[in-house]
Amino acid sequence: MTFELFLFYLFGATLVGSAMGVILSRNPVYAVLFLVLAFINSSFLWMLIQAEFLALLLIVVYVGAVAVLFLFVVMMMDINLAELQQGFTKYAPVGAILGVIVLIEIAFVMMSDQITIKAKEVQEFAADYSNTEELGKELYTNYIYPFELAAIILLIAIVVAITLTMRKRPGLKVQDINKQVAVDAKDRVRIVKMEADE
Amino acid sequence: MLELFKNISEWFPELLQPVVYTGLKAVVLLLPLILSVAMLTYVERKVIGFMQNRVGPNRVGPRGLFQPFADVIKLLFKEVILPTNANKGLFLIAPFITLVTAFGAWAVVPLSSSYSIANVDASLLYVLALTSLGVYGIILAGWATNSKYAFLGAMRSAAQMVAYEIAMGFALIGVVMAADSLNFGKIVAAQSGGIHHWYWLWLFPLFIVYFISGIAETNRAPFDVAEGESEIVAGFHVEYSGIAFALFFLAEYANMILIAALTSLLFLGGWLSPFEGIPYIGAPSAFWLLAKMGFILFCFLWFRATFPRYRYDQIMRLGWKVFIPITLVWIAVEGLFFYFKIGPFSA
Repeated sequence: MTFELFLFYLFGATLVGSAMGVILSRNPVYAVLFLVLAFINSSFLWMLIQAEFLALLLIVVYVGAVAVLFLFVVMMMDINLAELQQGFTKYAPVGAILGVIVLIEIAFVMMSDQITIKAKEVQEFAADYSNTEELGKELYTNYIYPFELAAIILLIAIVVAITLTMRKRPGLKVQDINKQVAVDAKDRVRIVKMEADE
Repeated sequence: MLELFKNISEWFPELLQPVVYTGLKAVVLLLPLILSVAMLTYVERKVIGFMQNRVGPNRVGPRGLFQPFADVIKLLFKEVILPTNANKGLFLIAPFITLVTAFGAWAVVPLSSSYSIANVDASLLYVLALTSLGVYGIILAGWATNSKYAFLGAMRSAAQMVAYEIAMGFALIGVVMAADSLNFGKIVAAQSGGIHHWYWLWLFPLFIVYFISGIAETNRAPFDVAEGESEIVAGFHVEYSGIAFALFFLAEYANMILIAALTSLLFLGGWLSPFEGIPYIGAPSAFWLLAKMGFILFCFLWFRATFPRYRYDQIMRLGWKVFIPITLVWIAVEGLFFYFKIGPFSA
């Protein structure tokens, strides 16, 4: 067994283990942390097949931004664990049925002829090969329209999310930043010269 | 020196050789780093003392020079207190996450054109990835402590870091565009040709945004609402004591030095000499990089002694509504530079 194979199994096992942790842990904060661990391990796996750009991007975007926001939300939620567990017997059959359906679907996909997972040899490149550059070239030439389209969809999502959360309450006292920035010392302080008594 | 490491590593079995070789390189970088963290705390107190017309530390050793070592020994021997209702595991892991990400980022930072622990092609992205992980240590510390003050500090700090990371990333995009590479060595090489070829001039708005965002990322004054001694005592590390606190402290200063190194590499020409062309002093060397880093670190201390703390909503406004538009506009301007072949972008 080569060292790389050993690393693959190590990271792979940790990835599966932490993915299990996401759904098995009672405490939602632990669940998010397991998710982060899963992200990091899949990033390591990408690193092993020399896809360093995707690997680092996964950490920057998913771990550095998305999961932080998850963590934010989860930490601020006031979750009563006992209440959550009460509904278990009620929802268990539905969950089991859904689980079986998804399992069957996955089995069909795995067995179909169109989608097969073949163990391909990973291409080896010279040390000066930069897949960041190659990816950039592809994205901005051959795939420019889908790429820009995805960007616009994301922009719309941002605008929508902001409009949904913006609620104007009447009578709200908000500081006008422009007024604060434009303030002049003369408006606030008056220096008065006074004669000394003696 | 690299030759010597190669020779030493050859004493070991074949499988271990690269590990020993890289390990030695890492030790040579990290030991001075830890020492300079210690000295930086001393310099900080001295410089701020000087600015405030005080003496600063002057009891331990000549001119108080051994003060940081006395502090380290004190912190090592103090008890690590575990709050009763804290989440013990996460409480103890948090300082390690902060420290590991702060030191890990140094793996790709080169000190001269020939010396870096790992010469990774996408080194800039690697640094960005690791610094974005650092926020976990702070959030977890704040949450695991199970105290309102710590949690408030963690929330403030996390929001601040997420906000300024974006502006920082955009500033880096400008540099990557200009240098046509994500590798520090190539970015510095692209700046050669004298002081007016360094990116601080052509990317001046990005330089300023990057530097200020760097201060905000490290939670230093005037962006230190996360610690906010006067309102939330010490923020996320309010319950940490002894060595656990020392780890946070070490990470904060290592991050400061990292930001200084990155700013010098990306905008101030790294190891290139400002007197290029003149014999002897015009040669690129690690000395210039260290000198530039020293200047930027001095600015960090200078700001701390000069500016009052920003209000929280103003920090958020500055990050989201001022810096991000500035960087976006300047990236567009840079595109125009390229299009009309102005300045060093004519290649």
